[in-house]
Amino acid sequence: MNLLDTLLRCVAALVVFLTFPLIIGQTEHKVMAHMQGRLGPMYAGGFHGWAQLVADGVKFAQKEDIVPAGADRRIFQLAPAVSLLPYLFVLLVVPVGPHGFVGQAVDAGIFFVLAVMGVGVIGKLMAGWASANKFSLLGGLRTAAQLMSYELPMVLAAASAAMAAGTLSLTGIVEAFHWWWLPWQAIGAFVFFTAGLAELQRPPFDMPVADSEIIFGAYTEYTGLRFAFFLLSEYAGILVVCALTTVLFLGGWHGPLPDSLGWLWTILKTFALAFVVIWLRVTYPRLREDQLMRFAWTVLVPLALVQLALTGIIKVAISQ
Amino acid sequence: MNILAAAGSLAPATRGFLSPTGAEIVFVLVGLAVLGAAVISVGTRQLVHAALWLVVALGGLAIEFLLLTAEFVAWVQVLIYLGSVVVLVLFGLMLTKAPIGRSPDADSGNRWVALLVALAAAGTLVTLVVDAFRTSWIDLGAGGGSASVTGASLFRNWVLPFEALSVLLLAALIGAIVLSRSRQAAAPKPRAGRLRTGKPVGAAPAAKSPAAQSPSSERES
Repeated sequence: MNLLDTLLRCVAALVVFLTFPLIIGQTEHKVMAHMQGRLGPMYAGGFHGWAQLVADGVKFAQKEDIVPAGADRRIFQLAPAVSLLPYLFVLLVVPVGPHGFVGQAVDAGIFFVLAVMGVGVIGKLMAGWASANKFSLLGGLRTAAQLMSYELPMVLAAASAAMAAGTLSLTGIVEAFHWWWLPWQAIGAFVFFTAGLAELQRPPFDMPVADSEIIFGAYTEYTGLRFAFFLLSEYAGILVVCALTTVLFLGGWHGPLPDSLGWLWTILKTFALAFVVIWLRVTYPRLREDQLMRFAWTVLVPLALVQLALTGIIKVAISQ
Repeated sequence: MNILAAAGSLAPATRGFLSPTGAEIVFVLVGLAVLGAAVISVGTRQLVHAALWLVVALGGLAIEFLLLTAEFVAWVQVLIYLGSVVVLVLFGLMLTKAPIGRSPDADSGNRWVALLVALAAAGTLVTLVVDAFRTSWIDLGAGGGSASVTGASLFRNWVLPFEALSVLLLAALIGAIVLSRSRQAAAPKPRAGRLRTGKPVGAAPAAKSPAAQSPSSERES
């Protein structure tokens, strides 16, 4: 792998990182609008308001970048980057198609992905603390509590996929996939996807940014581009969680077309899951904090353990 | 010893120390950064900054592991220490006391004793490591610290320490639960919320007059 190749892969990951979240955001505008019986953005750009998010971006860039007087300046300014960058690194290792169609194959891919995604939360904690605002602090606290509860089922579910494939490499897991994994790993897929949603603080798990209670949680004091970075990190997070669920549980590039079109399947499945994420946002009301914790510890963790046991039993039965 | 055997031999040095490779230079620089971050983390008077400098120090350690080709250990370091331990520390700080700016009471009268203990511990460890390895040279091949090599070594050669550590952690877990429960026994038990679908608020009972039922039947039709 020479320098040019490496550079090309990084640029490709960056382009995906900058465009796909916007596509998901625009889809969210339109899908939510239609589910709620309204139009959504219709004017920006002409055709069905396709340029709405570009216009939003320009708007954010024009706004004044305010740091509250009582805030811890450096940490306040650093937080959006800490929150956003991990998702970029995760996108680098997600396999898109067969035969090395991946930014950078990592030996312990699952561990890398879960580890780096956990770092993003530190950015949200930093934002919540450094804002010198009690609503922000509450949002930060809720974020931390939520993350620590949902990290465990997520890791357990991912471990089940790794056990089934016998490897920690994301590419290896997709290569080992067979169609009958779908029923076998169904519980794990549910747990992983749900815990992923909770880690992104998407509705119905959006207690940390509950706008009717604590304004906008950790992001309350942010304006302009830094606020836009937080929003971008949410949509990049949707992309990452959907892509990971695709890769771990839905077979990635496997599908009834020749291998050369495998990347199409990965993208299709990812966007189908992203649609489900938006759908859930429109459908379910927000969980209360205690319901949130109860759901993680009494539903998701036992389910993940059941899935682990099931995976182990069937794996041993097959190998004999 | 399996890790070392996989990574290279422990043969005496045939290489000089005066022609470092790029990776070695990076290793030393990252090491200095880790040391600096650790010292600031202990010395700063701003509580949350201390926790955040800890992030830098632990993240730098992960990079050191990577440079030593111990990929798996590096990611575990990030997952456990950065993703969980530091988040827990920050959570605890925010729950109790996390003022912005300097905390005047963040200083301890024990600092000279603490410095002495820290220096003694560091001296012991450095002496031990230097004495154990002396001038031996370990050639680091790619994949020498991959998940399969680490796992094989852990579960073939080091099972007993591994299980002993598990028991230790379990004991700590149970101890923490016991400690937190005994304090809670005196306080009134809060009502636990439930995950259930409540009855619709303000719905008319079925046994009312037909006039009260008519709007809902209209909506259904």
